[in-house]
Amino acid sequence: MSDQIKIDTGISIALTGSGGAGVMTAGGMLLEAAAKSGFYGLQTRSVGPQIRGGEAAALLRLSNHAVEIHRGGFDILFALDWSNFSRFAAEITLDENSVVIFDPEGGEVPEIVSAATKNIIELPIKKFASEIPGGRMNMIALGIVAGAIDLPKETVLGLIVRKFASKGEAVLEASRACLEAGYKHAGSVANAPKLVSDAENADVPRWLITGNEAAALGAVRGGIKFAAAYPITPATEILEWLAPSLTAIGGNLVQAEDELSSINMIIGASYGGIPSITATSGPGLALMTESIGLATAAEVPVVIVDVMRGGPSTGIPTKSEQSDLNIAIYGLHGDAPHLVTAPLSVADCLFTTQWSVHLAEAMQVPAIILSDQYLGQAKMIIDKPADVAFFADRSKVEKIDTAYTRYALTADGVSPMAIPGTAGGQYTADGLEHSVTGTPSSAAEDHHDQLAKRRRKIEGFNYGTHWAEIEGEGDLVIVTWGSTAAPVREAAELARAEGISVKTIAVRLLAPLRVEALEAELAGARRVLVIEQNDLAQFYRYLRGHVDLPADTRAYHHPGPMMLSTTEILSEIMKEHRL
Amino acid sequence: MNVSAPLKASDFKSDLKPVWCPGCGDYHVLLSLTKALADLERKPEEVAVISGIGCSSRIPAYLKCYGFHGVHGRSLPLGTGLKVARPDMTVIVAGGDGDGFSIGGNHFLHACRRNIDLTYIVMDNRVYGMTKGQPSPTTEPDWDSALSPGGTGLNPFHPLVIALASGANFVARAFSGDIRGTTKLISDAVNHPGFSFIQILSPCVTFRPEQKEWKSAIHAPPVEATDDPARAARRIMTDDGFNVGVLYRGDRRPYKIGDGVEHKTVADLEQEFQI
Amino acid sequence: MSANPDNEISSLSELLTHAYAIEEDAIDRYHMLGDQMEVHNNHELAKLFRDLAGHEEKHAAEIKARAETIGLMNLKSSEYKWPDTEGPELAALDEAHYRMTPWHALQMALKAETRAFEFFDHIVNTVTDPEIKKWAEEFREEEAEHVTLVERLLEKNPEPPAGWADDDDPPNLQE
Ligand SMILES: Cc1ncc(C[n+]2csc(CCOP(=O)(O)OP(=O)(O)O)c2C)c(N)n1
Ligand code: SF4
Ligand SMILES: [Mg+2]
Repeated sequence: MSDQIKIDTGISIALTGSGGAGVMTAGGMLLEAAAKSGFYGLQTRSVGPQIRGGEAAALLRLSNHAVEIHRGGFDILFALDWSNFSRFAAEITLDENSVVIFDPEGGEVPEIVSAATKNIIELPIKKFASEIPGGRMNMIALGIVAGAIDLPKETVLGLIVRKFASKGEAVLEASRACLEAGYKHAGSVANAPKLVSDAENADVPRWLITGNEAAALGAVRGGIKFAAAYPITPATEILEWLAPSLTAIGGNLVQAEDELSSINMIIGASYGGIPSITATSGPGLALMTESIGLATAAEVPVVIVDVMRGGPSTGIPTKSEQSDLNIAIYGLHGDAPHLVTAPLSVADCLFTTQWSVHLAEAMQVPAIILSDQYLGQAKMIIDKPADVAFFADRSKVEKIDTAYTRYALTADGVSPMAIPGTAGGQYTADGLEHSVTGTPSSAAEDHHDQLAKRRRKIEGFNYGTHWAEIEGEGDLVIVTWGSTAAPVREAAELARAEGISVKTIAVRLLAPLRVEALEAELAGARRVLVIEQNDLAQFYRYLRGHVDLPADTRAYHHPGPMMLSTTEILSEIMKEHRL
Repeated sequence: MNVSAPLKASDFKSDLKPVWCPGCGDYHVLLSLTKALADLERKPEEVAVISGIGCSSRIPAYLKCYGFHGVHGRSLPLGTGLKVARPDMTVIVAGGDGDGFSIGGNHFLHACRRNIDLTYIVMDNRVYGMTKGQPSPTTEPDWDSALSPGGTGLNPFHPLVIALASGANFVARAFSGDIRGTTKLISDAVNHPGFSFIQILSPCVTFRPEQKEWKSAIHAPPVEATDDPARAARRIMTDDGFNVGVLYRGDRRPYKIGDGVEHKTVADLEQEFQI
Repeated sequence: MSANPDNEISSLSELLTHAYAIEEDAIDRYHMLGDQMEVHNNHELAKLFRDLAGHEEKHAAEIKARAETIGLMNLKSSEYKWPDTEGPELAALDEAHYRMTPWHALQMALKAETRAFEFFDHIVNTVTDPEIKKWAEEFREEEAEHVTLVERLLEKNPEPPAGWADDDDPPNLQE
């Protein structure tokens, strides 16, 4: 068997341009047109550091079945210009079959491109646009690509009407004319691959959504009614989606002055009985840690979504990295048991967030959700997510007849909470160690009792099977988490198609780690590969510290900004397989 | 408890014995607060007292209301979240000068700006009592201490002016020993819409024993409260720091909290993702 | 400081309400001081303050009994007509010290009882209603007795020598 298993599902397209050329809009419309035509796909973006006018790449993969990640190579590269193309060169890999379309006015074809493929087509797109009053290059490019891969023109036209109708007849007409012109020239790209529809999929109800939107929706599905926000890339979209949505459903979002404030606002709101969330990225999470400890000690449920980006410090804000695992698990001072979860796909951002809301509320603990820039900002066509019955369902006291003990030592560690307003339930929530009533105490007995109670809550909870997604069988087992699950699962599937058995365990519940369940799943494993996107192999070391792993356990990991690709994981599987 | 009988101040006191030093001004503040709550005819369960860390921040547990003793400097965000999520609660945030003006200084500015309907009480003793007497932002520049030998040499922070400039809607100064006056100020502050700020001069007898003399320096304000911020600012900046009473009572627009009505269902929100 | 000196007591019920509040507040105050002393391990003083509270409790019960037919009013704290910032018979909280001696406590009590005496004395001298005046005189007499009692106790508890407040240990660093 060769090392070169080819991943040939669907078509990967890169649109690049700069100075406000509008490649993201064109890419978005291409994705939506594919969605409307019964396909699946995803779009991500890669951008320069400028706020406006920077170089940008819209990266798409379209397919007739669900895809979670880029393939690791591109079939079509459409360059409106070549400004700073080198920024994207590592992401937009081309081979001899790739088709490149470019405008000669946009500069010389870079070495790296001409060395990769001979299918380079020169089209005067700027000139085409200038021939149409108000014409724009991106709409012409949209027409050319849509035409070249066989997307129906009426579908794209429909999107154009919806997008530009509000901008007036002239703009709409110009866009329409550009699209027509594009479709007319699509014939020049004759050797482009075509999207072939799969009749089975055509009628499946589908959504077009980003992971950040999915997380926000999961939050409100779970019962969140309050959010506090301090903007940070790449988490802001969660907060911006929640702002009007929460108001619409009778809740509130407050923009805070910083993350020290946002975390405390949600603790205050949740203390008031209202399920609450905030979203941030590494720098914000670092600021919040003291107060997450407060929520742990005072037993106030809150949910914090950390949409991870390259770190440390300001790091690489627009790129994904799984490097906040350590701070999420170990960042709180003292012995502070809390929950850490990670969505395993864009669609799973919805489930994991909804589930985390439920868990946090059920156990009255903070939950940190480790999403990342890739999951958060990738726009994806997914099957309509199923409704799941995970809701905020906090144990509360309704009526108090005798003296109320807020932190009573119960069998499962969860003590019913008196919500402010409940007569007779008055207590003072405290971050100081306390007795069962909440009275500050430094007595050894109280400390030990309360520590044990807070640990018991989360260790004894029945998490069901949701702690991980497990696929396949085999003595080679890959353990992974978060967004890396996507290339791992795709690579494993391709390996299986080649007759190699491999089992994948994508861990959703990172803390508390389900050690027994994981060890049971690893029983019989001969070799284990731990795969993640960070420099220090944080997950691998975490597992090493807690789990009885086979001697032949190896980490495969690298930091961002490059995602782990299906191809590289596949080649690791092949290496293991040969051993 | 007889339901029809009005609650007395003592009905707002918990059974927990304060750890404050005997003589500490905070005992007076506790008394005034309980009296004000009785006067306001609130039920203990309708009131939440939220604090940070410091001697003064210990106050919630000494009351029979709902309370939250949070982390150092973050009481205002805690109280803000609670009030927005639960506008039906009477929220009183309380703490010290270190808690509110140093580590929590940024929240102070923005709580004033946000102008949410809550009351913020700072027991100002111009010192960090809880950590054994270091200078706070309101400490005199020449006050000698182990951490800042010879004094900080820094100009004291002027919380009332800052509150006024940042948008607080009710600004007052009180003296802890003046129980009747402080009680009245607290109930006026709670009744006034928007963010109300009261700086209560509250002596620390252990680290600032000289503050026992404040009793004789305190006097009534020479003029009535104003709703003109410019006049209020001039007055606050030029007074001797010891006149007590309401200094500014404004009608600045309070923070808009959602109406709490479910205009849409979650299913409605999902529509936008459907293809 | 805020005070309402020129408010006049205008009914018997109001007088009794004030007299009763004086005692109730004094009980609370002595217990508050007792708590402080207990927390700070000054047990001698804790007991003394509890005793003083017990004394006031008896007095309060007597007033309550006397008010049976006339009835007490429900006043807000601002509606009381105290001459000072709070009720007269209240030991001044700011004079407390964790190492205070019985002499200090009795000095506090003496001042409080004297203020109570003066409160009723003022009513006796200013009120026009003969009935109120008569009752106020009785209350004044009772306070006078208390003053004498405290003075007698003071004879047995002389002023401590200077240095009573000295503590060789430094204060504790907390939170
Ligand atoms: C994050 C953090 N830093 C420092 C401390 C230590 N600390 C506790 S209270 C305090 C100062 C309190 O001063 P103030 O707010 O004026 O209260 P006071 O004791 O004077 O009433 C400090 C620095 C802490 N608890 N948390
Ligand atoms: S140290 Fe100062 S502020 Fe703290 S309790 Fe003692 S007197 Fe009060
Ligand atoms: Mg202080």
